[in-house]
Amino acid sequence: MPKRNLKKRIWRARQLYLLLILPMIWLMIFRYVPMAGLQIAFRNFSNRAGMWGSPWVGLDNFRKFFADRQFTSLLVNTLRISLYQLSVGFVIPIVLALSLNIMTNGIFKKTIQTLTYIPHFISVVVLVGMLMQLVNPIVGLYGTVCQMITGSRPVDILGNPAAFPHLYVWSGIWQSAGWGSIIYVAALANSDQQLHEAAQIDGASRLQRVWYIDIPSILPTATILLIMDAGKVMNVGFEKVFLLQNSLNLRYSEVLSTYVYKKAFGAGIPDFSFSTAAGMFNSVINLILILIVNRISKKLSETSLW
Amino acid sequence: MGKGKKVQLSIGDKTFYAVVTVFLALIGLIVLYPLIYVVSCSFSTPESVMAGDVVLFPTEFSLEGYKAVFRNKKVLLGVRNSAFYTVFGTMINIFMTTLAAYPLSRRDMPGQGPIMMLFTFTMIFSGGMIPNYLLVRNLGILNTVWAMLLPGAIAVYNMIIMRTFFQSSIPQELLEAAQIDGCSDIKYLLEVVLPLSKSIFAVITLYYAVAHWNAYFNAFMYLSKDQLYPLQIFLREILIASKVDAEMMIDNMSGGPVFGIEHILKYSLIVVSTIPMLIIYPFVQKHFVKGVMIGAVKG
Repeated sequence: MPKRNLKKRIWRARQLYLLLILPMIWLMIFRYVPMAGLQIAFRNFSNRAGMWGSPWVGLDNFRKFFADRQFTSLLVNTLRISLYQLSVGFVIPIVLALSLNIMTNGIFKKTIQTLTYIPHFISVVVLVGMLMQLVNPIVGLYGTVCQMITGSRPVDILGNPAAFPHLYVWSGIWQSAGWGSIIYVAALANSDQQLHEAAQIDGASRLQRVWYIDIPSILPTATILLIMDAGKVMNVGFEKVFLLQNSLNLRYSEVLSTYVYKKAFGAGIPDFSFSTAAGMFNSVINLILILIVNRISKKLSETSLW
Repeated sequence: MGKGKKVQLSIGDKTFYAVVTVFLALIGLIVLYPLIYVVSCSFSTPESVMAGDVVLFPTEFSLEGYKAVFRNKKVLLGVRNSAFYTVFGTMINIFMTTLAAYPLSRRDMPGQGPIMMLFTFTMIFSGGMIPNYLLVRNLGILNTVWAMLLPGAIAVYNMIIMRTFFQSSIPQELLEAAQIDGCSDIKYLLEVVLPLSKSIFAVITLYYAVAHWNAYFNAFMYLSKDQLYPLQIFLREILIASKVDAEMMIDNMSGGPVFGIEHILKYSLIVVSTIPMLIIYPFVQKHFVKGVMIGAVKG
């Protein structure tokens, strides 16, 4: 583009820039200033000296974090929950969508769809509250059923550390599998129906059509979602873990994000710099993961985020 | 899909359909049963729940749980605060999101690509918990309503959905015609684009509203005054930390505590706090699905 032309185009778009002013200010303050704030991971932050005046300490906070005796268990717990979540949480919405797509009975299909969307509208606090009520050994469903079968009240599974990842992941599935399936249902509805007709004429069974037509047609969507999910591998949602956590299940439930929180706000002497370093470690790994998976996907399937 | 189903199904296909139907019915039951159980318990007497009598429907109907919930002043305060955050927060969200989404939907605006990148980058990388907290503190909005309204003023994901809608559903010819008539961009946005975008505004409004009503994290991090707490914070105290105030336990009539009420009122509280979202849900279900589908189209 010649320069004069560009100037003219910018002048012509002046009202659009005007509209963008407020969002840009917001973006800078609320998204990019915190990124700049990450530099306190390399300082020894004190409230008096503030974000820009505290002394530099280089990589000390990171060294301290890697040497922390909890480091390995935090990493393992985070990965255990998130990989579990990633695998099950990725597959189930797809299976659900494929099944819904197979159904030819409109009312039945609609009913199941609507039903499975409902839990999406429940808040995390209520979901955890519900879960705790349902598995309550005295007044919950779990206790009631156990008593019917065994004749006695069961032990509290919320206090069982090994049960934590299962409770976390499956309550999440219950809540969001239906909602997560919408996108695939849409992709399936938009796929080429002539393929199905041709396959039927050739005598393909419905199962074969799922395998050779339905699944390939949602593959691009699934790949994009998988890349996005890969970027969250280290991000086990703080809220839900924190809410489900109790002193008995810490062995499996202490993850990076809850640790970051506790080091900054739960301890007697808050260590903002150390917490920021731990959190930054988390974010950087996420970023690297999303870049790697995106690159791989670009090579293999030509589907990528950018 | 359902067309031309006169074709005779093979035995294999018939079994396959049967298996899938059973599978889906099972999923439906798994989703539905906990919901029914919670509602049934909320309408039962504490005794019948503790005895394990409630399996599907309330065995002894009672409103004790609900009475206890509404005796609690904190719950009422929380509902009021949450309603405030939901209404005003959503208004700010819609305003800011539109301001960002419309210019970014215009491919003829120089710099559109790089500015878009600035927004999308924040979806995959962020400052994290502590820098965000320090920002809110340094801005002096800790413990004010602004801490609930400003940090999330734009959800980039929703902005992208809206932008995709503007790009794909508003005919390009309209813009060209308007420009020939000398219509300015702002006027075009207000008088042509917005009236044509009602459905996407319904979707985005509801996404934001649900998020505000259910939000817990910002309040947890940035607020420490009872007067400002949204419902979710009080819900956590009662449902998860099991802090039940005496006023909830005492029966107004007899003046004494209701036996076992602390267990039952949790069920009632779950119902009360979720009902507002479930009531609007059927009205907007079509729109919601549409919104997700627009989001599915890569912009």
